[in-house]
Amino acid sequence: MASASELPETVIRPPSGWQLINFAELWQFRDLLYFLAWRDVKVRYKQTLLGIAWAVLQPALMMCIFYVIFSVVAGTYHKPLPYPLFVLTALLPWTFFATSIANAGNSVVGSERLITKIYFPRLAVPFATVGAAIVDFCVALPLLAILYVGYRIAGHDIAPGWSVLLAPVIFALFVLSAAGVGTMLAALNVAYRDFRYIIPFLVQIWMYATPTIYFDLGPTEPESTCEWVKQLLPLNPMTGLIASFRAVLLDQEIPWRDLGFSAVMAVVFFLAGCLYFRRVEDSFADVI
Amino acid sequence: MDPVLAVHNLAKCYYVQATGKSQSAYGYRTLREDVMDWLAAPFGWLSGERSSEEKEFWALNDVSFQVNQGEVVGIIGHNGAGKSTLLKILSRITKPTRGEVRLRSRVGSLLEVGTGFHPELTGRENVYLNGAILGMRHHEIEAKFDQIVAFAEIEQFLDTPVKRYSSGMYVRLAFAVAAHLEPEILIVDEVLAVGDLSFQRKCMGRMRDVGRSGTTILFVSHNMPAIEALCTRAILLDHGKVAMDGAVRDLVQEYHRRVLQSHGDAGSTLTEIDSPTRLHKIFRSATLLDDTGEPTNFLPVGGKFHLRLVLDAPIKVESPNVTIGIDDNLGQRLLSLQSPLSNPALPRLENPGVLDCVVPSLPLAPGEYWIKLGLAATPDEIDEIERALRFTVTEGDLFGSGRGHHRGLCVAPATWSFVSLEAQG
Repeated sequence: MASASELPETVIRPPSGWQLINFAELWQFRDLLYFLAWRDVKVRYKQTLLGIAWAVLQPALMMCIFYVIFSVVAGTYHKPLPYPLFVLTALLPWTFFATSIANAGNSVVGSERLITKIYFPRLAVPFATVGAAIVDFCVALPLLAILYVGYRIAGHDIAPGWSVLLAPVIFALFVLSAAGVGTMLAALNVAYRDFRYIIPFLVQIWMYATPTIYFDLGPTEPESTCEWVKQLLPLNPMTGLIASFRAVLLDQEIPWRDLGFSAVMAVVFFLAGCLYFRRVEDSFADVI
Repeated sequence: MDPVLAVHNLAKCYYVQATGKSQSAYGYRTLREDVMDWLAAPFGWLSGERSSEEKEFWALNDVSFQVNQGEVVGIIGHNGAGKSTLLKILSRITKPTRGEVRLRSRVGSLLEVGTGFHPELTGRENVYLNGAILGMRHHEIEAKFDQIVAFAEIEQFLDTPVKRYSSGMYVRLAFAVAAHLEPEILIVDEVLAVGDLSFQRKCMGRMRDVGRSGTTILFVSHNMPAIEALCTRAILLDHGKVAMDGAVRDLVQEYHRRVLQSHGDAGSTLTEIDSPTRLHKIFRSATLLDDTGEPTNFLPVGGKFHLRLVLDAPIKVESPNVTIGIDDNLGQRLLSLQSPLSNPALPRLENPGVLDCVVPSLPLAPGEYWIKLGLAATPDEIDEIERALRFTVTEGDLFGSGRGHHRGLCVAPATWSFVSLEAQG
């Protein structure tokens, strides 16, 4: 056994105010991060009849519903691009984002036993739920491939171009935003239990405030779209991400300006979320 | 040699709601409250003032001590003395309000067995998950996996979800994972009070091995024999301060002395002093005494049971019948000692007095028990306390065989004889 003086010293002191993520410590606990995400996926897989298929079914069913509403019933969609493809390219990342922030928001309160009984970097809890949502996202991706192939067989000239190589970068921005908003909500939820009720609302409102299921902001947009709506939408950081993700997957023009704004906001969300979380995490065990 | 653990002027303050202010009674706040508070005093929160309805409670106050490598330190004290808070700070679950702790080692803390176990996952999966939660790396768990499973004795149920485990299996597996954590400092909180007695002994054995291997251990327990068996030193906490620090034997005695002191005068050895079943408060105190007349909560198996009751006489009772019931933890009555069944009958109760009840050899197996007290003047119940006192019957070598392994609810001395018959034909 190593003698005591060779070992690194840990000092436990009263809370010291603002602090950013302790990456070294988080890295040290990377196995825990992995196992927590793995547990979330595994438990959902075991508890439900259809298991991991839900990750595919949920966006697939949403796609069908929106197809019926927008394209068949209301008939408001008039683009050459098939609507299912149009909506799915946005629904997949949106579903990821929505699941992430909803689950991360409830994650810390839901891990009460863990937090009052053992020490580990608390950020691992919301981060792991985002990790589990990434797994879901990857599982649902083949759905898109199937749709591509289906439409090609049906004679549509649809294929992603070179810009699809940007998709992982844009998805990384989704992850950053989701982790930021999720940690923020998780910390707020501990202090104010109202957030349990606020989170589902927030997710729903945010979805309608993002052009996920309706028009995008490409230059090809018809004139009929209300001008003020088009002005306001890019202020929602998700607008640029969703529009860009759809654009790179469908080989359309990338809205660079909106994407730039969203990228900055993703970093802001992440830093703000982690900063606030770290600020209040010391009191978690006392108030939870 | 430098200490591996140095605690310096440690203090922890909690804010307790003095009055039940709506939601805050649950410890957390609602947004509405904060918004209302903020509207009432827009800049109050900047000055950091607490609302007047919150009272300070110092769970720990200026606690300092040092622990050297390899020491096994027992932390003892009454409920509310600050033991749990100290452990929580040392295991970094919560932060101190003042002071600091310096640790020179990897700390493993076991404040609970089975933290993070998920009922849907199999035994195998939970070992990995729980190991990771306790701070083990994946390869460490892999290397110790077989040892853990063997220790827990659950080989054939490895791939069964733990929700189908018996509680004994669950606890065994949980302790097995924790027991194979190999930190330099191990912090343990009463986790030995789990499982059946044979497993508890196994856990104690494991703890002793860990202690002998040079690991520094901080062990919190109410179980004084366990403290005496394991620890090389003890720290007695009282009202958030270190009351005494030194040799185990002295501290255990001091602990008991304080138990008597705090209970003797006020008559609060009784845990349910204000029970609604008490028509008149006749029972002032109840104390279990050991062979030397010192108060104790522990009896060796088969040992003398000596309960001393101090009776008040708020009313006159013509022919009092006192009943001492002994229940197990599940509330099952195992033994009932009734004064009218013994001779002579108790005299008329008109002045306070002391009533002793002695059973030369208590025939109960090792375990935890509750004492129920009742006093009646036929046919009326006058005073009754359901769970008056708790005591533990500890494992011991009852029959002088050098072995102490008891199963079942009762123990009884027995003689065995065997006649060997010659084979016929």
